Amino acid sequence: MAIKLPIYMDYHATTPVDPRVVEAMLPYFTQHFGNAASRNHPFGWEAEEAVEKGRKQIADLIGANAKEIVFTSGATESDNLAIKGVAEMYREKGNHIITCVTEHKAIIDTCKRLEKEGYRVTYLPVQKDGRISLDALKAAVTDKTILITIMAANNEIGVIQPIAEIGAIAKDKGILFHTDAVQIVGKVPFNVNDLKVDMASLSAHKMYGPKGVGALYVRRRNPRVLLAPIIDGGGHERGMRSGTLNVTGIVGFGKAAELCKQELATDAERLRRLRDRLNDKLHENLDEIYINGSMEHRLPHSLNISFAYVEGESLLMGINDVAVSSGSACTSASLEPSYVLKALGAGDDLAHSSIRFGLGRWTTEEEVDYVADKLTSVVTRLRDMSPLYELAKEGVDLSTMQWQTEGH
Amino acid sequence: MAYSNKVIDHYENPRNVGSLPKDDVNVGTGLVGAPECGDVMKLQVKVNPATGVIDDAKFKTFGCGSAIASSSLATEWLKGKTVDEAMAIKNTDIVNELSLPPVKIHCSVLAEDAIKAAIADYKKKQGVERSAEKAAQPTA
Ligand SMILES: Cc1ncc(COP(=O)(O)O)c(C=O)c1O
Ligand code: FES
Repeated sequence: MAIKLPIYMDYHATTPVDPRVVEAMLPYFTQHFGNAASRNHPFGWEAEEAVEKGRKQIADLIGANAKEIVFTSGATESDNLAIKGVAEMYREKGNHIITCVTEHKAIIDTCKRLEKEGYRVTYLPVQKDGRISLDALKAAVTDKTILITIMAANNEIGVIQPIAEIGAIAKDKGILFHTDAVQIVGKVPFNVNDLKVDMASLSAHKMYGPKGVGALYVRRRNPRVLLAPIIDGGGHERGMRSGTLNVTGIVGFGKAAELCKQELATDAERLRRLRDRLNDKLHENLDEIYINGSMEHRLPHSLNISFAYVEGESLLMGINDVAVSSGSACTSASLEPSYVLKALGAGDDLAHSSIRFGLGRWTTEEEVDYVADKLTSVVTRLRDMSPLYELAKEGVDLSTMQWQTEGH
Repeated sequence: MAYSNKVIDHYENPRNVGSLPKDDVNVGTGLVGAPECGDVMKLQVKVNPATGVIDDAKFKTFGCGSAIASSSLATEWLKGKTVDEAMAIKNTDIVNELSLPPVKIHCSVLAEDAIKAAIADYKKKQGVERSAEKAAQPTA
């Protein structure tokens, strides 16, 4: 079978919309276009019914009650709402938040803003495997801690945090627990009750739904979580998020959730096999390549590898018919290399050499083989012109060398 | 990032990749940049002692496509130039030839630094070598 180029292997960034999702959405653009808040006519009723169906489909995927789903414009907004909403609502109780250094910017930058407003934030480090230490988490808790927010799975390295254990600690200490579950939901079983999660951020476009729609799961019982809204207006979504609902988006999000629920087990198994095939082939063909983050606690469709002695941007240039991401950003261009990879303590040189692979619903074995072969030849070629590879082969320890860095 | 055709050409068909014997007195080696910055360039020149003309140049680069192209182009330009002419190569010449965008200017700066470092190394070796010869003569 001929392969269609370019190959998309960046499913952590976004996913294509499943055609079955598109089909479900179409009637809601022109036929059933009503405003779900219009209570006086069938157009509004139809729209509301569609929204409630979507709400139920999403709730079912994560073991929640439909009433616990608050629709947003995406996970960035969900993260903002969870953190700012709790911070304002529970200000009397305390002003301390615990998060982690490898969180998505939507979490980190929200926390930074709160710090300016007088909140205190602890950014837990991660271990070499990309996971936080539970002891460090327990030690960080104070009587002023009102929120723990730790992502379920990381978007760069695919590492899954010990969510159930964190949930248990939060519950034990009576602290609310939010998790950015964007990368995990729909890919790996995720149940808010089993994991004792109080809030979870979701995004449709990471699970074969449309862009621009997301949700925040907000627990209603045991405990009942209260959030101050960050957007004021008509009081939609039980007062937590005003604004006319994105009906088509929600229909698509709901359908996408239903499909994920049906296909999760088979998809995950198939992708794990393909991901392992890619990893095995690369390891067979190339020396000195390193997996970033835990292999054991990892999303099945995810792989992040550093190809030592080769710079990421030049590597991407060589595989320009494959869409992947690199953690490299030459500091001389005043861009920082990936803060997530740096947090693993791998060293900036390996951060510069990293590629993130994200496989998905339409990834084929032929594509995996093509990518493995292509990378092998490009890495080999670039190493032949790498002064670092040459020095390493001569037995020079690069970490003890004196580098002339001033001015760059 | 969109690359110019010249950058792509140098990236895909780099000129003069390789190494010259770094202990040779007529070879100057420059190694600039740092792995943690995402760029390291090694550039070498071999000078004909009789004429002072660079008759070979080689490079190896760890860095982005523009860094690879800048060093590849530098080796092309170095061949046939005298040491003094080589010192006159400016990073802006490289920027213009390769149509580098502003964020990639430092890749060309690195290439200029590599040229200067290689020539400095050559001159140092020549100086040291000559004084070694002088010092050696009386006892011979
Ligand atoms: C972990 C994580 N959180 C949040 C987001 C933001 O989601 P959205 O694009 O829906 O705002 C992303 C997507 O880049 C993500 O990967
Ligand atoms: S060497 Fe830094 S971006 Fe080119």
